[in-house]
Amino acid sequence: MTINKKPVEVPDSMKERKLVEFLREELDLTGVKNACEMKSCGACAVLVNNKSIRICNSVLKDVENCDVLTIEGMENEDGTLHPLQKAFIDYGAIQCGFCTPGMVLTAHAFLMENPKPTREQIRKALQSNLCRCTGYQQIIDAVEAASEFYRK
Amino acid sequence: MEKENPKAWRNDAYAKVTGRARYTDDIKFPFMLHAVPVYSDFVHAEILNIDTSEALKSKGVVKVLTSKDVPGVNRFGQIIKDFRIFAEDRIFYNGDVVALVVADTRANAIKASELVKLEAKELPSILDPEDALKPDSALIHPEQGSNIINEHKVRRGNTDEGFKKCDIILEEKFETQFIEHSYMEPEVAVCNPRHDGVMEVYASMQHPFSTRRFVNALLGGRLADIEVISTPMGGGFGGKDDTVSIVAARTALAAKLTGKPVKCSYAREWSIRESYKRHPYKVYYKMGLTKDGIIKSVKCKIIADGGAYCSVTPWVTWRSTVQCCGPYQVENVHCDTYGVYTNNVVTGAMRGFGSPQMNFVVESLMDIAARKCGLTPVEIRRRNMVRQGSITITGQKLDNHKVAMEETMDAILNKFDYENKYKKCSFGKSDSEELYGAGFAISYRGMSLGAEGTDFNSAIINVQPDGSILLETGIHENGQGSESAMCLILARDLGVSLDRIRYRRPSTSTIPDGGTTVASRGTVMGGGAVTNAAKELKHKIANFLNAKCGCNIEDIDISNDIVTCGKEKYNFEEVIKMMYNAQEYPHVFGVFKAPKVSWNEENGQGDAYFSWTYSCQAIELTVNKKTGKVKLLNAIAAHDVGRAANEQMTKGQFFGGMAMGIGYGLLEEVKTDKGIILNTNFNSYRLPRTTDLPEMSAIIIENSDPNSPSGAKGIGEPTNELMAPVIANAIYNETGKRFFKLPIKVSTKVQEDLKICE
Ligand code: FES
Ligand code: FES
Repeated sequence: MTINKKPVEVPDSMKERKLVEFLREELDLTGVKNACEMKSCGACAVLVNNKSIRICNSVLKDVENCDVLTIEGMENEDGTLHPLQKAFIDYGAIQCGFCTPGMVLTAHAFLMENPKPTREQIRKALQSNLCRCTGYQQIIDAVEAASEFYRK
Repeated sequence: MEKENPKAWRNDAYAKVTGRARYTDDIKFPFMLHAVPVYSDFVHAEILNIDTSEALKSKGVVKVLTSKDVPGVNRFGQIIKDFRIFAEDRIFYNGDVVALVVADTRANAIKASELVKLEAKELPSILDPEDALKPDSALIHPEQGSNIINEHKVRRGNTDEGFKKCDIILEEKFETQFIEHSYMEPEVAVCNPRHDGVMEVYASMQHPFSTRRFVNALLGGRLADIEVISTPMGGGFGGKDDTVSIVAARTALAAKLTGKPVKCSYAREWSIRESYKRHPYKVYYKMGLTKDGIIKSVKCKIIADGGAYCSVTPWVTWRSTVQCCGPYQVENVHCDTYGVYTNNVVTGAMRGFGSPQMNFVVESLMDIAARKCGLTPVEIRRRNMVRQGSITITGQKLDNHKVAMEETMDAILNKFDYENKYKKCSFGKSDSEELYGAGFAISYRGMSLGAEGTDFNSAIINVQPDGSILLETGIHENGQGSESAMCLILARDLGVSLDRIRYRRPSTSTIPDGGTTVASRGTVMGGGAVTNAAKELKHKIANFLNAKCGCNIEDIDISNDIVTCGKEKYNFEEVIKMMYNAQEYPHVFGVFKAPKVSWNEENGQGDAYFSWTYSCQAIELTVNKKTGKVKLLNAIAAHDVGRAANEQMTKGQFFGGMAMGIGYGLLEEVKTDKGIILNTNFNSYRLPRTTDLPEMSAIIIENSDPNSPSGAKGIGEPTNELMAPVIANAIYNETGKRFFKLPIKVSTKVQEDLKICE
């Protein structure tokens, strides 16, 4: 498997290990959050083969041979922000930031599939991600604004 | 989308959008242990014995703590010291913690927690505050002598005489529910016993100084030996005070007794089970009006379910009391408010702090009254609302700031086109599948703490030799962007660019206690201190230049990083360098003390708050006649914010508050069965999602407040206090059915309801 484009070898003994724990504890990728641990909030969402997956119930075995992208892998090669991240900042889509990694990744997966969405479609796509701070308004603004970049 | 908007600015946005921000659960230390709480199955019981021997033998377990291990005091609280940090004599509610298991891993601690055995004698539980108020009720905390936590009142004029002059009398009972703050980050604490003897505490907390008090109580010793460090936090909304402070205190005890760093990270289920909620209210309200719609007399009784411990119930219910008539002038008022102990989950501070409940009551009644008087909802409000120079129901004259009630309401009516929308409302009749409704509500809100508590704050500006600036204040970042607001205010008031400023992560050991980040006071109090500190620094620079170049103090000005001194111009850096060379520190400490307020508990009269903010919100919605499904079409809010530090961030507060208000009005409820919470996670606790919410818009009204040095008024809470009555009014205008209970459930009853009004 790869994590943030880097190959990762997982010994057989670790295959049953929880994926969230592995990312957070072993790789120090703490952008993936625990908030409900029952697939109800999206705080733990990462991309697995470009699909947004809530991984709180997943173990390493579930992502064998997959490409996993966490928020730490969103930036451009040169360390600058991805336009979607930039839009989140500029449009005020971040408050406490706890939902942000899952939101950004879920929106990223969605925009790769649908680069010309309506606001209604953006709402549908982010339905599984809870945010208590923003009322989602500016998150949707940010995703809508960033969609232009995905059309190129 | 309004693309012309200026960009948002946050000092922490980059760290958060890249996943770099370290929240408490992301912190780890070598050899760190993990702690897990142990609950009981009881709601109310007398504890006979706690047996930890089996748990101690379990794999990886290092220690199991109970109340017996507490070196300091186990009973603590912000007002009444009734919280049992560890259950000791009784179980008072289902979230009481009997023991704390400390083990090498969290999983081992969880396994062992099931082996702690509690022997207890079940006691009858009291779950309805009205039962607790009965004279023959058993006492929940016998040492308090009563189940009444606190009483407040307002006595103004003579209500009996007032009612005699009325043509219309309304009498209704309203009820509201428990709701959960639902910060996305559950409670968590990490405590590190430092080699210098200091206990270092990181936690998902709202107020480091409050956390320090709880930790200090449990550990004993001195405040100076505990350092609580500000840490990025995943939301608070008033909910990260007592509970997380208690979690931190227990964790600190574990760290102290094991000599190792300890983390205690809550699962959502523990969080919802143990943490305090918004108070459910029962309100009996009688309102008398003349036929032309003037409110003459109000008599009301407010009963708040305080749950098992006091927390800040007296303060929450005080605000409800002061604002019990909404933003209206009423000559005769008689209000009695009771905070009451029960064996329910604890209730305490939550965004709104006693106003969402009362606004639901008052603003629903205003619409009811309007119909009875044959007036529009707009007209009846115009006839009663506070205006410049009005006297509030507690006898406060509103003349020290701009009273913008009508301005705020008109802003909404115009932009939302309310009058036309009101005419289109179905009132239960429509030829199509859908019924249509629009509604609005207004409020005013006392700024900051008011006579609830001491209110002051400080800021330190420490300019470095290269001209970069370290800023810190006694206000804690809860996720709302207060640090960023402080930086923006400093840049504006000092006349320097934002890139110079770094907000220094404060700790309880570096700045004086600035009071809690509640009551929307962050921007007002912290910003006030920043403005005053900036003034002081300018003064210091001016004095320095005056001594050096002899130019008049009044002729010295700083803007755009340039210091002008008579005809001379210097770069900001140059002046700072000169100061250092002359052994002058460009370092200042600024303080803002809230202006005096007053309160007489006997008659409930006084200048309750040093200033007020004004709000209006509206919504339009449809209900499907067959399914009863409510669809929110669009929502709008106008608030007088005084002065906005950053437009996008201010709007973010509006939208977040409105969304939470919509949840309160329509979706959310902590459900209990015999005192046990049933919905302890987000699969069953229904939070608003993207698809539940309408498009929202915001109107920022700016009347810079002369009582606030930075001009800002608090805005976090007003935004959260109106949506429930707005929705109740819209649903009435749509279905003709009035709801007196939150959350409003149209769906299950709609058909039957619609029959009533046909
Ligand atoms: S933590 Fe995985 S969905 Fe909430
Ligand atoms: S920004 Fe706080 S939960 Fe989304």
